[in-house]
Amino acid sequence: MNWFKQLFRRGQIYSDLAEEIEEHLGEKIDALVAGGMSRKQAEFAAKREFGNVTRIEEQGREAWMWPNAENLLDDIRFAIRRLTRSPGFALTAIMTLALGIGANVIVFSVLNGVILRPLAVPSPENIYQLSRGNNASDYHSYPDYVDIRDRDKSMSGLIANGGLTAGVTIDKATIPSWGVTASGNYFDVLNVKPVLGRFFHASDERGLASAAYIVLSNDFWHRQFGASDSVLGKTVRLNQHPFTVIGVAGEDFRGTDVFFWPDYWIPIVNAEQVTGWSDLCCRDHIGIQIMGRLKPGVTPQQATESLNAVAHQMAKEYPKDDGLTLQLHRPGPAGSKHDPTRLALTGIMLLAFMVLLAACANLATIFAVRAADRSSELAVRLAIGASRGTVLRQLLIEAVVVSIVGGLIGSLLARLLLGFLVHWQPFGGFPTRMPILPDFRVYFLAIALSLASGIFFGLLPARQVWRTELVQAIKSGYVLSSSNRRFVFRDLLLVIQIVVCTVLVTASLVAVRGMVRAMHVPLGFQPDGVTLAEIDLSMAGYTGAQALPLQKKMLDATAAIPGVTAVAVSDSAPFANNSGDWFIYRWGTTDFQPSHMAFSAMNFLTSPGYLELSKIPLISGRDFTWHDDQKSPLVAIVNRTFARKLFGTDSAVGQRFAMWATAKYEVVGVVDDGQYGWLNHEPQPIMFLPLAQGVGGEVMSKYTIVSVRSQLPPDQLSGALQRTLTGIEPRVPLTVRSWSDFVDRALIPARTSVVALGVLGLLAAMLAITGIFGMASYAVSRRMREQAIRMALGAQRVHVMRSTLARPALILLGGSALGIAGGLLSGRILAHIVSFATPDDPLVLGGVMLTMTLLGLIATWIPARRAFGLDPSQLLRES
Amino acid sequence: MPIADPTKSGQRDLFRGALEMMILQSLRRQPMHGYALVQHIQQRSNDLLQVEEGSLYPALQRMLREKLVKAEWEISPSRRRVRTYTITPAGLRHLEREVSSFEQMLTGINLVLSPVES
Repeated sequence: MNWFKQLFRRGQIYSDLAEEIEEHLGEKIDALVAGGMSRKQAEFAAKREFGNVTRIEEQGREAWMWPNAENLLDDIRFAIRRLTRSPGFALTAIMTLALGIGANVIVFSVLNGVILRPLAVPSPENIYQLSRGNNASDYHSYPDYVDIRDRDKSMSGLIANGGLTAGVTIDKATIPSWGVTASGNYFDVLNVKPVLGRFFHASDERGLASAAYIVLSNDFWHRQFGASDSVLGKTVRLNQHPFTVIGVAGEDFRGTDVFFWPDYWIPIVNAEQVTGWSDLCCRDHIGIQIMGRLKPGVTPQQATESLNAVAHQMAKEYPKDDGLTLQLHRPGPAGSKHDPTRLALTGIMLLAFMVLLAACANLATIFAVRAADRSSELAVRLAIGASRGTVLRQLLIEAVVVSIVGGLIGSLLARLLLGFLVHWQPFGGFPTRMPILPDFRVYFLAIALSLASGIFFGLLPARQVWRTELVQAIKSGYVLSSSNRRFVFRDLLLVIQIVVCTVLVTASLVAVRGMVRAMHVPLGFQPDGVTLAEIDLSMAGYTGAQALPLQKKMLDATAAIPGVTAVAVSDSAPFANNSGDWFIYRWGTTDFQPSHMAFSAMNFLTSPGYLELSKIPLISGRDFTWHDDQKSPLVAIVNRTFARKLFGTDSAVGQRFAMWATAKYEVVGVVDDGQYGWLNHEPQPIMFLPLAQGVGGEVMSKYTIVSVRSQLPPDQLSGALQRTLTGIEPRVPLTVRSWSDFVDRALIPARTSVVALGVLGLLAAMLAITGIFGMASYAVSRRMREQAIRMALGAQRVHVMRSTLARPALILLGGSALGIAGGLLSGRILAHIVSFATPDDPLVLGGVMLTMTLLGLIATWIPARRAFGLDPSQLLRES
Repeated sequence: MPIADPTKSGQRDLFRGALEMMILQSLRRQPMHGYALVQHIQQRSNDLLQVEEGSLYPALQRMLREKLVKAEWEISPSRRRVRTYTITPAGLRHLEREVSSFEQMLTGINLVLSPVES
């Protein structure tokens, strides 16, 4: 008979045993009666001689068991039975923990995906990113890259990569796409393998004469080619230039950025064919990232020294590299100490952990109170022979069952929520991904946290059990010998909980306040009622000079749409398609070195009428006309900050500045300051240049934004714009969105932190309410009899209530004070993430105090009423 | 010989296996049921051995599990439903091993206890 069969036959075995013993006793009794005893005497004698029937049956059954495992199973079953018998307690405990664990799983998943998870390449620990200068910028120029790569001896390979936006044409349909331009050694240094075809190599690089290869990402291959093998050798067009598909990357390899997962990779030397300008020529065209793999046995310190020796040499040779220094850091947000994502996540992780701490504190209280309530039951169990160890084990198992169930539910909820978050695309078509689905590390953390909290607060009531004095306990139904001490451990737990809650409430209020302010900051233009149609003419292969006539045509055609009140064309717009900064030099500068510049300013190339359309107020001077073209002198409109910074006055009309030797400008207008790309305290210097002149009379824009102010319903306008603009250039994809959408996008970080902190704050507040409530009602019920006697002796009800609730109130007060201090500290971190967050705002302080007072009132209201409504005569009669 | 003290059930076997040996030895003569086993052991020991009757059953369960004995429900001559135990070949081998090791032990104890010859 194997153990499995035994398991099912056991019922039979046990009943056989019971029956056999029954028969034994019967036979014995019969024998004794036959020997002359009365039946009653015989029954007694038979049982006496047989021994304890129950015990013997038990021993008989034990022969068939695996005692340890089965006891444990029994204990678990018993624990579950006990828990289902007090569903209120079980539910509270489980949900409390589920919330705590769930919050941690979510935040840790994000942290894990964004910061902890290394690049999906072999030996990712050897990959480092290069940053330069005092501000540790990650962006470099291509000639610098080539010099560093060729001269350095500490890295086994250095790769360069840049971003690329292009219209990709597959079988005549053109869609916008986002790719990466990569140096030839990119895949070899990262040491990744294709799933199909091959990658390009350093040996494929022959400058502009290089073969135009394209490697597809696995995702793009699935989306656009249905994962077909016949894609190899196929030609796709990027901005109308043909590229041959030579390979497909593995599913795991998503480039070297955490959030941006490229659609494809092309050789960096072919980038010029797609973009139409050369970024590889010059040391001041800064826009590529450099990463490298350390040689085996080389430490990052040694590599940094070696790289800086190279940098020093380069600084001597090239004036534009003057003062060049290089640093190594881990790629992505993990590498930089001051990365806002990393700061925010670390902060939120800390807060989430505090929520768990609060949840655990709450649970410890719940369990301690439960143990106290059950003290007489436990005492009875001890009295009838259970060892203290058995009772302890039972309590511990109960706690662990609660924690595991809570942990499971929490993880499940978190997994659901993360599933939604993964598909979040905050930045429109740009392929951002949240690589945050939980992996084994996250689940391991969840299990560890659940078990740790289970064992920890399961052991808290253990101390009470250990000290239980049986007789005392059974007599008074009450064992908490420690309950009369001035300060018990539970109070400490409650203080922790309230501190956590206050910190979180403060942090979320700071974030909310910052967001409200950010929403009300004057923009300096009026996006409401304006719709933007974005077209990248380079996707149809236009050069800069060819673009302008088309842009004019689009402007005229759009103006003819009935219901359109104003139209303008520009290369970029505030909050949409930031076109980049240019270095501004004072008039009279002869040596155009970056170190001599006055500042850098964002630039908008605009058609006449743009200021009027966007309602940007012109303080002095004039708007552009179509006569401000490449035949006439270069002119600019600047904002107030630009004028003050460069000329020290608002009345800058007629003043001059330069961008490079041939780009000399006269200011013809000054506009008021506004917000341009992100919401910020500091006004930024910006300038408007005529679309027809381009930047410096040379750099024309192919990127086109047609801005339309109209009262038409959005659907109707969008449809009309699509028809009109694709009628002019059918080969280029077009996106139409309202300007307000773009502005809203700038609020995403603030919104995200408000939501995250708000949820955590709400959780903490709920936990604090239940915590204070539990503590207060416990305080009331524990001292019920004592207070009844007091009242019988003439104490006022108010006094009774005060003495009962003084402790919870004091704890609330003390905890809140500590919490506000902590909250203000954490608010300083927040100020890095949420613009306009000012932690020492009196409104925030007031809000926190109000919230905590409300929480206290809600939580103590019912216990207070109970204390107030005590009926001494009834209570004394009962006891 | 071990004397069972009914008030201290923990000492029912003075050394482990004594009760099992006696049960197996009794069953080797003839199969019998629990009550008969108790009677048999008491008679054979001239009532020197007061086995606590109940302690027989856990021992029987252990031996059932180890397949040293097997059990069948039968009707006794006194028209009583009884569970009759029979020794198995494995039980026989076990008994022989146990008896020989027990005898060795007894010889050893006797040697130590016998008066020293100078």
